[in-house]
Amino acid sequence: MLTRRQMLYGASTLGTGLAAGLALPRNAWAQGKLALDPSLPTGVRESAMLEALPGKVKLIKLTHRPPNYETPVSYFNELLTPNDAFFVRYHLANIPEVSAASWRLKVGGEAAATSFELTLDQLKNDYKAYEVVAVNQCSGNRRGMFSPHVAGVEWGPGAMGNARWKGARLKDVLDKAGIKKEAVEIVFDGADGPILDKTPDFVKSIPVWKAMDENVLVAYEMNGKPLPHFNGFPARVVVPGWTGTYWMKHVVSIMAETKPFSGFWMNPAYRVPVGKFPVVDRFLTQETAANTPITEMVVNSLITNLADGHKSKPRQPIEVKGIAWDGGYGMAAVEVSIDGGANWSRAALGQDAGRFSFRQWSFKFTPAKAGKVAVMVKATNKIGQSQTPALILNPAGYHHNVIQKITIDVA
Amino acid sequence: MKTATLAFAIILAALPAAAQEGGVTLKKGPGLDVVETNCGSCHTLDYIRMNSPFMDEKAWDASVTKMIKAFGAPIDQANVKPIVEYLAKYYGKAP
Repeated sequence: MLTRRQMLYGASTLGTGLAAGLALPRNAWAQGKLALDPSLPTGVRESAMLEALPGKVKLIKLTHRPPNYETPVSYFNELLTPNDAFFVRYHLANIPEVSAASWRLKVGGEAAATSFELTLDQLKNDYKAYEVVAVNQCSGNRRGMFSPHVAGVEWGPGAMGNARWKGARLKDVLDKAGIKKEAVEIVFDGADGPILDKTPDFVKSIPVWKAMDENVLVAYEMNGKPLPHFNGFPARVVVPGWTGTYWMKHVVSIMAETKPFSGFWMNPAYRVPVGKFPVVDRFLTQETAANTPITEMVVNSLITNLADGHKSKPRQPIEVKGIAWDGGYGMAAVEVSIDGGANWSRAALGQDAGRFSFRQWSFKFTPAKAGKVAVMVKATNKIGQSQTPALILNPAGYHHNVIQKITIDVA
Repeated sequence: MKTATLAFAIILAALPAAAQEGGVTLKKGPGLDVVETNCGSCHTLDYIRMNSPFMDEKAWDASVTKMIKAFGAPIDQANVKPIVEYLAKYYGKAP
């Protein structure tokens, strides 16, 4: 007999395209010690726990079904986030385990000259493979650190990861279908869906101009390995620079359409107020007078090797390390302040893995005497955008890129 | 993708409520059973604790209304009040 969890994560009732389920170990959740950011809601600080999903290391479980699991900050000390530590985000709980053999990708739509289906082998063999290192970040990363709090998944800083994605160019797949000039949006659907028929399925669209960008992939590999189940096996859309909402997991349908797609997850969901954020990419076919779909990530940075309250000694050298990233312009500079923001010095930048990747940085200093040292970090990208000193409020809690500040206790 | 989700939902509804699924239990009090039955069919109850205690009764009411109107949750109108009252009392913002 199927257990409840087998059904929820495996859903073997879903037809021929989908293989039998996998079960979570009975006591998968062993509570570990968690140092969650004090600015998160009390409720999530008390209820979040370290728990391993099948195929994953222990991540910070915020919700179990649908699964929303955050990557602990320590994993961001590596340039590429390991597949088994990569964050997991689902809106809807009906998540079939898709088999590589029976998976099919439908390509077509009203604005396509032809329609066809691809097997995984065809996607891999009939299209030239490309690679891109790119950050996949949830639109609501750090939502839990909003003040006042806004409802939603109360993420800390780990609803993101950086990976080397490999796949076919979406443009090449669309070119084979023959996209007509009337096309305005490309619509993606994945194999996962809602529990109830009345719940809107998670379907997303991007503008045609973005879909034809050579960096946008239908990816089947992540860091040299097949995608983990919980990150979209066997194939997902990769939209470098844009937030994770467009990176459709378990993608089974790519449709070119002549009209803007009007599903719930395009409107009212995933919207930001018009003109409130310094973003360049605009999704005009979806824009209203009041709001517009979230597009590219805003410039951001994170200290990864030291936590707030870190203890050190006078005259002992301290190295602060971390990462910086943005929506695809690339990092121009990362600056660190050790006096609470009065003076800033440049951090040393690490290897450049491309403009869509995390950029590692480090900064060394030696405190001369005892006391509290307020360390702040601020990234600036190549088009001159920098992080905000004060939170930019918005109803859904997106684009949190407030300059981070930690205190080091030198005694 | 929406293939065969109705059959799936029927099987799901026939299962006993797994109040502790996800390793999270809610505070005991009037309305908890209605919350477990109605909210727990589509998501684990950790969603409730996670979003606490910063929502007042009005915000919880808006959340339950969103579940019904936007997500199609089959919650009887008669159950809306006890759900909202439970959430506001045990997981709401202090007045």
